[in-house]
Formats: sequence, C-alpha cells, structure tokens
Amino acid sequence: MAVKPHWLVGIVGLAVLLVLPPFLKSYGIYLLSYWLVFVIAAMGLNLTVGYAGQASLGQAAFLGIGAYCVAIVMKAGLSFWLGLPLAAVLCFVIGLGLGFPALRVQTIYLAFATLGFNVAMWLVMRNEEWLTGGTSGINDVGRPSLFGLSLDGNLAYYYFILGVAGLLAALLWGLLRSPWGKAFTALRDNPIRAESLGVNVRAYTLLAFAIGASYAGVAGALFASLVQFVEPTPFSLGASFTMYLMVVVGGSGTFFGPLVGAVVGVLLPEWLRFAQGWYLVAFGVAVVLLMLWLPDGLLGIPHRLKARREPRR
Amino acid sequence: MTSKVPAAMALACLLAASTAHAQIKIAVIQELSGTGATAGTNFKNGLELAVKEINAAGGILGQKLEAAVDDTQSNPGVAKALALKAVDDGAFAVFGPTFSGSMTVSMAQTRDAKVPNFTGAEAAALTQQGNPYIFRTSLTQMTSMPKVARYIASGLKAKTVAVIFVNNDFGKGGRDAFVKAAAAAELTVAADISTEAGLIDFSAPVLKAKRSNADALFVYTNEEESARCLRELRKQGFTRPIIGETTLTGQRVIELAGAAADGAIAHVGLTAEAPIPAVREFRARFEKAYKAVPDHNGIKGYTSVYLLKVGIETAGKLDRVAVAKALHGLKIRAAKQPGVLMDVAIDDNGDLDRASFIVQVKHGKQEVVEVLPPLVKF
Amino acid sequence: MADLLQLLVSGLATGSIYALAGLGFTLLWQASGTINFAQGEFVMLPAFAILAFSAIGVPLLVAFAVTCVLAVLVLGWGFKRGIADPLLKAGLMPIVVATLGVSIALRNGVRAGYTAEAQPFPSLFGEQLFHIGAVTVSLVDIGTLAAALGLVLATQAFLARTVTGRAMQAVAQNTTSATVLGIDVPRMIFYTFAVNAVLACAAALLVTPTYLAKFDMGESLGTKAFFAAVIGGFNNSRGALLGGVIVGVCENLAAAYVSAAYKDAVALAIFLLVILLKPQGLLGKPVERVV
Repeated sequence: MAVKPHWLVGIVGLAVLLVLPPFLKSYGIYLLSYWLVFVIAAMGLNLTVGYAGQASLGQAAFLGIGAYCVAIVMKAGLSFWLGLPLAAVLCFVIGLGLGFPALRVQTIYLAFATLGFNVAMWLVMRNEEWLTGGTSGINDVGRPSLFGLSLDGNLAYYYFILGVAGLLAALLWGLLRSPWGKAFTALRDNPIRAESLGVNVRAYTLLAFAIGASYAGVAGALFASLVQFVEPTPFSLGASFTMYLMVVVGGSGTFFGPLVGAVVGVLLPEWLRFAQGWYLVAFGVAVVLLMLWLPDGLLGIPHRLKARREPRR
Repeated sequence: MTSKVPAAMALACLLAASTAHAQIKIAVIQELSGTGATAGTNFKNGLELAVKEINAAGGILGQKLEAAVDDTQSNPGVAKALALKAVDDGAFAVFGPTFSGSMTVSMAQTRDAKVPNFTGAEAAALTQQGNPYIFRTSLTQMTSMPKVARYIASGLKAKTVAVIFVNNDFGKGGRDAFVKAAAAAELTVAADISTEAGLIDFSAPVLKAKRSNADALFVYTNEEESARCLRELRKQGFTRPIIGETTLTGQRVIELAGAAADGAIAHVGLTAEAPIPAVREFRARFEKAYKAVPDHNGIKGYTSVYLLKVGIETAGKLDRVAVAKALHGLKIRAAKQPGVLMDVAIDDNGDLDRASFIVQVKHGKQEVVEVLPPLVKF
Repeated sequence: MADLLQLLVSGLATGSIYALAGLGFTLLWQASGTINFAQGEFVMLPAFAILAFSAIGVPLLVAFAVTCVLAVLVLGWGFKRGIADPLLKAGLMPIVVATLGVSIALRNGVRAGYTAEAQPFPSLFGEQLFHIGAVTVSLVDIGTLAAALGLVLATQAFLARTVTGRAMQAVAQNTTSATVLGIDVPRMIFYTFAVNAVLACAAALLVTPTYLAKFDMGESLGTKAFFAAVIGGFNNSRGALLGGVIVGVCENLAAAYVSAAYKDAVALAIFLLVILLKPQGLLGKPVERVV
C-alpha cells in the first residue's frame, strides 16, 4: 500500500520536531513548547468544532482551569502528577455540566454559553485572590520530574510536552477511527439524519465537547509549568477567539488542522514581528483572506486542487 | 602600486566592520499593544530619544547603542519568551517590561543570565527578592505612599480617607501600600472601593465615596479611568480634597477630564511639569520628536538609558556583572550627568531615591506646590 | 433612595448606548445570518474618522455626516460584498472567523496607524448639570438617552411602516419567500448593512465623549452590545433596547450594592439565564428548526 502524501509530511514533521530542538537556543525551544501546548488545546477544540460541528468560544477558560489547577496543587506542595489528571478530569466534568443545559436548545447557543462561561471564569480568576492570587497570579510554578529525571530544563520539558502531545494525538486518532468517531462525523455532516438513524445526537455532542474541554485542561496544566507564572491574561475571551481562529484557519475537521492552525496563531505573530506595530494587522487581514479564499482552512488546499483537476460533472 | 589600493580598502573595510560590530545591544521589551500599550509606548519613545542623543554624542565608551524593540502584548507568557530571546541574542541590558506581572516572569530569565534589567514597573515585591540585576527607573509604591499619607494627614489635616483603586496588580499594590502608610500616619480608611480597569461609569464608586463622608479621597487608577472618575466627582458635586499619585494629574488626564481636573492634588515622582530646567528641555525635545507631551513613563524610559550609561562608565568596561555592581550604591548628580534629569541614588536592592513633588492642577495645568527632597544626602 | 435613582439614570444612559450598538448587531443577524464580532470596531472606526475630520477643522456635525457616508460605503457595502456575501454560503463559522479577523485588523490598524492613547472627543451636548432633588443628571446623559431612544424608535418605525422596511423584514423572516414575492433580496440585505453602519456612526458620536476614542474601545462595547442583543431578543429590534437598558442598569446597581469586582457578572448571569431558559431572548419569538 502506497504511503499517502500527508502521512509522509507527518512523519517528516515528527522527525524535525524530534531532531531540531537541541540545535535551537532557549527562545526557539520555548516557542516550540508554547506552540505544542496550543496544538493540544486546538486538537480538543477541533473535536468539538470540526468533528461534532459545534462552535465553542470558551476554550481559553478550560486552558485556564487546567493551568490554575496545577499551579494551586503545586503551591500546596502536592505533585504535578496529581495536578495533571485532576485538570483533565475537572475540565471534562465542567464541560459536561456546561454543555448539558446549553445543548437543550438551538446549537448556536453552545457558542454563546461558552462565551459567557469564559467571561465568568476570567472574572473568578481575577477576583478570587485567596484561590488564584488575583491579578498578581501564582508565580514560580515548578516543573515535574518523571521517574526521577528532572524536567526543569527547557529542552527536557519540551520533549515531555512533545510526548504528551503525541499521546493525545494518537488517542484522538483512535477515537475518530472508533464507532464513536463515526458518530461524531455523522453529527457534523447531518445532525437531523443522524438523529433519525438513532444516533443520540445530544449525548455525542456533549461527549465531544467534554473531551475537547479536557484536552484544553491538559494543555493548561502543561502551560502552567512551561511559563511558570499563572495569571488571568492568557485566558481571556480574546484568547478563546484566537484559539477558535486557529482551528478554523488550520482546517476544522481535519486531523492535522490544529497543527497548522497553531502555527498561524502562535508562530505566525512571532515571524511577523519584523513589521513591528503592524504585525497584528497583518494577522487579522491574513485571517480574513484565508477565510475568503480557503474557507475549509489551509488543509483544504489539497482537496481544492484535486477538485479542480477532476473533470466537471 | 596599484596593489596597495585594494589592500588599503580591504583594511579600511575590516576596520569599519570591526567597529560596526562593536555596538552595545540593548533589548527593549515593552507593552506596545493590549492594556499596557500607553505606558509601554511612552517608555519606548523616551528610551529611543535617549539612544539617539547618546549615539550622536559618541556613544558609551566609544561604542554606539543599538536598541531592539519587541512587544509583549501585555502577556506575561510572551514577555518570558522575549526575555529568553534577548538573552540568546546577547543583549547587554534589558529594558522592561513595564507591567509588574510580565516583569516578574522575565526577571527570572535575566537574573539567571546575569543581564542588568531596568524596569518602570512599580510593584514593591520586585526588588525584595534579592535579585542583583534589577534596577528601577521610578520610585516604588513603598516609598511614595508614606509621603502621600503624610501629606493627607498633616498637609490637608484629614482624619479619615476614602480610597478608590483599580483592580489590577498596579492598583492593588498601590492600595495595599497606601493602607499600610495610612495606618502609620494615623489616618482611618473610611471606604475601600475597588473599580474595574477600563470602567466607564463611575457613578457607583463615587456614590460610595460620598456616602463614606471621609475628609479626603485618594484615587489610584490608570489614566483614562482617572479622567472619568474626576468628571463623575465633579458631576456629583464632590467638594472634599481629591489626592492621587502620578496617574491622577498627568497631562493626558488633564486633557481628558477638562475642567473637572482642577483642584486635584497628586504626589508625583516624575513629571514633565517639574520646575527643573533639565526636565523642561527634555520635554521640549520629546515634544519635537513625538508631537506629544511625555508622561512619567516617557521620562522613565529616557532616564533609564542614562542610568546604564553612568553604570558602564563607572565600571569602566562592558562587563555586565561589573556594571551591575557599579550601579548599586551609586549617587548620580544631574549637574554631572544631565541625562538623568534629577539627582538620583540607587540602593543595593535596585530601588531609587529621588526628589518628588506635590502638584495641584490649577486652570488646566500642573503646578508644583511642594518639593519633597530625597532621603539620601547627595 | 436618591442613590438608587442616580444609579438608575446613569445606567439608562449607558444602557441606551449598548442598545444602539446591539440593534445593528440584531439587524445583521436577522437579515443575513451574520454574527458580526467586529461590531465594536464598527463603532470605533467612525469615532476616529470623525476625530480626524474635526482635527482638520471640519465642524462636528458635518464630520458626522461625511463619516456616515463613508461608513455606508466601507462598513456597509464593502463589508457586505467583500466578506459577508462570499462567506455566507460556507456556513456560520467562516464569517465569525472573518469578523474576528476584521476586528483584530481594525483595532491594531488604528493603534499602529494613529495612536495607542485615548483621545478626547468633542461632545454634542454641553457640560451642564441638572439637579433634580438629590439626583444630578448631566445634559450628556439626557441627550444620549433621548438620541439613542429616538434612533431605535425611528429604525423600528422605518422597518414597520415603510415599504422598504417591510421588505427588509420579509427578507429577514424568509429569504426564499421574499424572492418569490419579487423582493430584491440582495438590495434589502445591503440596506440592512447600511442601516447598521449608520447606527454604528451614531453610537460613535454619542458614546465617544465618555468612552474616549481609543483603539480598544470596541472590545468591551462589542461584548456588551452582544449581550444586550441576545438578552433582548436576537430576532426583535425592540429587544436590543430592552437588553441594553437591562445591562446598563444592572451593572450600576451591582457595582453599588453587590460587588464592584463582579459587576460584569450580573449582565453575564442574565445573559446565561436567558440563553438557557428563553433562548430567543426576552422579547424574541421562538425559532423553529428548519428540517
């Protein structure tokens, strides 16, 4: 069986991610780690948005919950390895709780509910000083050690994040190949028909949403130990919008979309720094142009090229 | 004969190249977008003006300064990345960030790399962590609040004071320092009113302040909010004295609040209105270059480069550790080094001691009412 | 008691501004299914345009009129042709993303191209204050409330009583039937975008003296307008007015009597309750799912 082109790209990409970092300086390694954290969060959002067809505008809130979870747990003297699963489970449960009432009605309202949820969470993060440190945040969050090996160093922690990202990607791949995954795609393409075929639309949408949220929780946990300082700014509504942009621009409903989207959302602003004050303008315009010419996202390009080559029916 | 010319040219190129490489790189990490944009942009402008002047006068130890500017987007995660980048790029010194949260994070990187880090951040905790590489460019809330409290108690003869502050690390830090200072000055805090950053409608906070019936009101918010607060105070007919810190009576605030700013009093560490010739001249140059009046962040940015200059010249060499050591305990007279605008002393923690002013807004202009000398003898 | 009244009056003035911005939001959603997350920036941009004209000496109202025309061209026609039309076929997500991109571009364009600092803005109304009992009301408060109310009612009347307005409503309710009836659907949709642009300009004129012209003034305004529109009813224009007033008044009351730090949470809580219990909004009609 011939290896499909996008698999080849994937393997080359993975090789680069494994081999390149030791040659980079701290800034480059930090940037790649930051990017990977957002890839994980974007994968989760992609499940909700791309595969289950929902619009969630609150992913940054779950990122924040995960981050504060780890920060608070570690500040209390407990281990990162308690904080990480706690973050995932907590976000999963909250995701279920948030989605359940919101999905009773027209699906667009999940987007609104998540938007409101994000604002509410941000307010709590900022105001509840006793828990979150308020605007001063929680500083000096430590890094874990794995089987006695310290992950303090930038490079070591990077490989850890890469490992987790790989694991979660594999998990997602397995999920999408399973009957659950098929139900998700049925949901996205035609929810009414799916329902008439006996697929419990609500349950599966809820599940997709909750899993997406827990992915963000894990990303948040990793984020806390990466930046080592947790405060409310990165978890605002604007951040949720950016994450949503990442998923759609990359190509929602495609497996590698989140990777590409995170490049656009995290790496692109860095590469456009040379334009100084105008780089965010360029970013906004780039997003609009991408949407106009490539509404299926960047990973829709191969499909478009293929469709163009095929004879018109 | 003809072969000498190419050799001479090559030599000249080599010399030029070697002097071109001998530049002092400084990394400027500032908030140029997001909530801190005004402060960061002003700091950057002041700094770039100083760099231009120093380079025009021949640089430091014969080498020109080269500033690399980057935007933290008011996000600590980004600030950390930029600090790492600055260290990787071999910056001699780092200037910024101005936001205390971002400073906390990036400070860890510059400390590990032993790179002098100047900042306009005012949170007290920054210089209390034993970091030998951090240097402030302004008085901290710990130094200024006791002066304010003392003025309220003795100058205004007040017994009770209401506090309106902004709910971010700047405002909360200031409020905490003020409450402590008020206790020491035997002032009772009659009302402790927190407000949002970006608040538009101040009717609720002002109402609470009025209800508290305090003798005086201390307002500690950012520029635009100060303007809106002053307007609401005027609208609701608040007649008691209103005192604040630098942000309350800045030029910007006076412009935005209009007549409502008249009568407001503030303790300012740095003001473009100071009756000091060096400051006036700096202000004129800044206005010429940027078509705007410098705020206190602009002054911080400007003087910070000169602090570095004095540090390097005192140490006599371009060695970061030596420069940091030289800066601690240094007393700089403005007469000798006009770039620092006012006499300044740097203590072992990196904190500054300088004269400060009590100003009052009269007819839309800041007027210096009292000059408070520094604690250190020059 | 006087305090309560004072807060109510300020809240009404603020709320009427949210209503104005929210109304345009609602109209766009009704007529073309566009959720415009750049609505706040649609108010911010005209504010700076008016400021720029005033700076070269143009009188305020003339600047406003010129800006309205420009807004209809750029934020109305340009936005519709350039972004809304091509993307509406692709579903809801792309247009949300595109408007987010537009808002980022506009916000930072003004910041980089003009200034990062807040600018004072000339007010239509003078600085007079009126003392009614123990309550102080400014001319600005009354003027803003009256103007916003007037605009909302005028828009309502236009939609309900003129032929064009009714045609626009028909398009909003059922595009296919409207086409069958011979209504020029694309033109009606354009009119909706144009009305939104003009309302945004009006909001800019009324709001900016208090808000102060700043590149990020659109962020919080846009969010509040969105809340106002959803609370009041996404498919009813009067709903935006009710929603705006509720948000404005509740914010003030919460700040004074509950907790200043959570004042935004009150409008948010109402917003969430409305979504869960009455998703069509307080004044909206229930939306049928089209199978």
